[in-house]
Amino acid sequence: MTAPQTIPQGRSGTPPRPSLADRRPMIECRGVQKYFGDYHALRGIDLTIREGEFFSLLGPSGCGKTTLLRTIAGFEDIGSGVVLVDGKDMANVPANVRPTNMVFQSYAIFPHLTVAENVGFGLRRDPRSRAEKAAAVEEALEMVGLRGYGKRAAHALSGGQRQRVALARALILKPKVLLLDEPLSALDRKMREQMQVELIKLQRQVGITFVLVTHDQEEALVMSDRIAVMFEGQIAQLDGPEALYARPASRRVADFIGVMNFMPARILGETAEHVTVAVPGFGTVEIPARNVSRADPGDPGPSIGFRPEAATLLAANAEATGRVNGGVIDEVVYYGDMTYYDVIMDGSDAYDGIPHEVRISMRNVFGREVPDVGTRVRVSWSPGSLVLFR
Amino acid sequence: MRRFQGSGLRVYAVLYLAFLYAPIALLPIFAFNNATVIAFPLQGFTTEWFGQMVQNAALRQALLNSLIIAVSASVLATCLGIFAARASTRFRFPGRGPIMGLIMLPLVLPEIIVAMSLLVVLLAAGLSLSILTVILGHTLICMPYAIAILSTAFSSLDRSLEEAAYDLGETKWSAFRLVILPLVMPGIISALLMSFTISLDEFIIAFFLAGNQPTLPTYIFSQLRFPKSIPMIMALGTVLVVMSIALVTLAEYFRRRGVARTGQTDSGGFL
Amino acid sequence: MAAGNSTEAGQGLRLIAPPLLYAILLLAVPLLTILAFSFFKDGYLTIVREFTVENYVATWTDPIFRTILLRSLWVAGLVTLFTVALSFPVAYFLSFVVASERKAMWIFLITIPFWTSYLIRVFLWKVILGYNGVINSGLKSVGLIEQPLQFLLYNTGSIVLTLSHSYAPFAILPIYVALEKIDRALLEAGRDLGESRLMTFWRVTLPLAMPGVVAAVLIVFIPTIGDYVTPTVIGGGKIPMVANMIQAQMLDIDNKPLGSAIAISSMAVVAALSMVFLWLNRRFLRVRA
Repeated sequence: MTAPQTIPQGRSGTPPRPSLADRRPMIECRGVQKYFGDYHALRGIDLTIREGEFFSLLGPSGCGKTTLLRTIAGFEDIGSGVVLVDGKDMANVPANVRPTNMVFQSYAIFPHLTVAENVGFGLRRDPRSRAEKAAAVEEALEMVGLRGYGKRAAHALSGGQRQRVALARALILKPKVLLLDEPLSALDRKMREQMQVELIKLQRQVGITFVLVTHDQEEALVMSDRIAVMFEGQIAQLDGPEALYARPASRRVADFIGVMNFMPARILGETAEHVTVAVPGFGTVEIPARNVSRADPGDPGPSIGFRPEAATLLAANAEATGRVNGGVIDEVVYYGDMTYYDVIMDGSDAYDGIPHEVRISMRNVFGREVPDVGTRVRVSWSPGSLVLFR
Repeated sequence: MRRFQGSGLRVYAVLYLAFLYAPIALLPIFAFNNATVIAFPLQGFTTEWFGQMVQNAALRQALLNSLIIAVSASVLATCLGIFAARASTRFRFPGRGPIMGLIMLPLVLPEIIVAMSLLVVLLAAGLSLSILTVILGHTLICMPYAIAILSTAFSSLDRSLEEAAYDLGETKWSAFRLVILPLVMPGIISALLMSFTISLDEFIIAFFLAGNQPTLPTYIFSQLRFPKSIPMIMALGTVLVVMSIALVTLAEYFRRRGVARTGQTDSGGFL
Repeated sequence: MAAGNSTEAGQGLRLIAPPLLYAILLLAVPLLTILAFSFFKDGYLTIVREFTVENYVATWTDPIFRTILLRSLWVAGLVTLFTVALSFPVAYFLSFVVASERKAMWIFLITIPFWTSYLIRVFLWKVILGYNGVINSGLKSVGLIEQPLQFLLYNTGSIVLTLSHSYAPFAILPIYVALEKIDRALLEAGRDLGESRLMTFWRVTLPLAMPGVVAAVLIVFIPTIGDYVTPTVIGGGKIPMVANMIQAQMLDIDNKPLGSAIAISSMAVVAALSMVFLWLNRRFLRVRA
């Protein structure tokens, strides 16, 4: 990882897969800037994507993730900076000769061609014989689970089938990098979840570097080896899914990925190993140094954050593990497999006079009663699951 | 209540259609009527007027001129229209609004103004009036219609189709040829047929710019003064209207095929 | 491919160049030429290139021009009123009553007459309305009249009728497009908020359809005022309109500067009226919005 200090990298020190760091870089972006007229779309992107990696660009719409993808594909010129694919500078290399292929958000299936003609579209200049090409098409269709669909008209396909044709069409050319622009956003929820798993399997099978653009944090967490979270044309955090979820680099990243409770905190002291803070309703807590992240410019002051599943409600007679604080249930949101409890911690108004709620999620266990609003509860939590934003 | 209101409107709409079609319906009636004056009661069936029409040498010349003009003008207008439709639907460039405004202006400009101003300039430029000058004028007035049809064809294309072809290794030109052209081909044929129909039926520009060369409409106009020619004109009119309807129907067929091919829902007809 | 903005603009301009050049040479240059001519003097068979406003003075002081212009405006105004008022229910029917899969067919049926020869359609009205025409001979043969009715042809009414017939599809289509754009939930909201069907139409549908009505008015008014064929054939040359006067000055009398001045004057009047109309409409819409 050669990125400059301004981009917070994973502090875990251990990449998600041990072998990843040893692999050769497949895509390298160095100081990539892009303007659309006066609009500064990419503000200095530095990143390295390694061979065989499933990499995601995650961010809200307008954050520049699609622009970055199209820059790698060669559809957009860059203002300044360098894009290398497999070690070669891509400046002046047009999209049609780059070793990258793209799955478009709309899939861009040619409506006037059959499925087989779509999949074989890129083989027109291939010197192989007609029969060999047909075999390659059939093989590609089989790979995406569309065996025997070759003669179908493209415009008669369902959304999921179009998606598969687009994948086969790109993969048949054996690109070094497959670029996927929000490939699942047009599918319904069930289909999307199914395709997520299929895409992961497909990527392992072909071993090609996948770069996925998505605004769906869950999708990114499920599928990726590493994720770059982007806001306003910059990378806010680049990390593996676990690190990203457990130790977000800023409140904004924390807010964008999953649900996180924020509580105002007062810093009492600091050593090399941990920072000591006072949190209303939780008392004095020692936060491990690796769980200390930076606050965003707009933040009201230091705060701690924890995920809803990082705390549990204790049954009346249960033994406590870790620390325990008391509170009252203020709201219950029942989801079937789990329940969200909004709990007002005792003394949570000590800091600024406002009682603060924390959201705690509990898996529902058959036979266990869901406590009602107004119930007094004990909340068990561990200091290691808290993140400090300062 | 709703149903009642709808049925009242339906009756009105059908009457309105009848009003639109009534004059045209008279053409075949009197074209086959065995009488030299166009009047009721009908006098019996004849094909004499069609026979007269076929044997008329001046009419044949007019038809030949009209066909030359219509073919040339429709091809020219459609070719120019492809450039304009592609440019206006795919690219942003400075002055796009005013430029397209100028090109589409003949749609709302009275034809007499177009004809007179063209006449003045063509004469000043030293061109003698002929079929060629009519072709120039017809191209000008057919172009906006061609662009209107072609623009719908071009704008219904997903821009990423082109990018996909490019991404899969084609050049910009071969991407256009392999993907864009087949998809807009129905639109192109439709634009050709429409332009052909407009040119074939156009009177004012042909009247002022053709010099002494007759076209079908100017020939018809010249014969209106002679009552004995009227039955033959009815026959000719029948043929022309049938041709126009056939051409427009064909054009509509191609337009719809284009819509079906790109897999969209049909949103309605021309203009 | 879609590189920077400058190259996209460049590609666009390169593509638009051929049709633009054509329109400049055969439309802009001719229009500017007659504009220039209108300020030149007419010598016998030549044009004296000296700046003068005489042609405009001559045009506007000529009572014949004023009569003809007023007549043209009157005819075009009536035609516009009739076509738009009669077309609106048809457009409404198309948009709100016809099932969506049959809309294309209805539109096709309505546009077909427009694509048949204009000259033949105009001539047919002459056949219908003439002294020995279809109506007179028909009425005579069923014994309703003894003598042919003479008031049918060669008058302003017959010109208005013929033009209204010709321009009907032009009025229907823009109104239909505007009606199609109206979110149906708005109408239900109008009803839900307690308005009657009629008041919902008045307070919701009509204001939202106004852009289409405006387009219909302009698209009918502008070409009809410059129509040449109908006054020639239906008016029998006795009821000339502006187009006939321009043609006469330009060709028969061969006074191109005066003809140009008449053409420019008429276009200026039409343009001014359209502007006033658009302005009134914008005010009208703002009041209602």
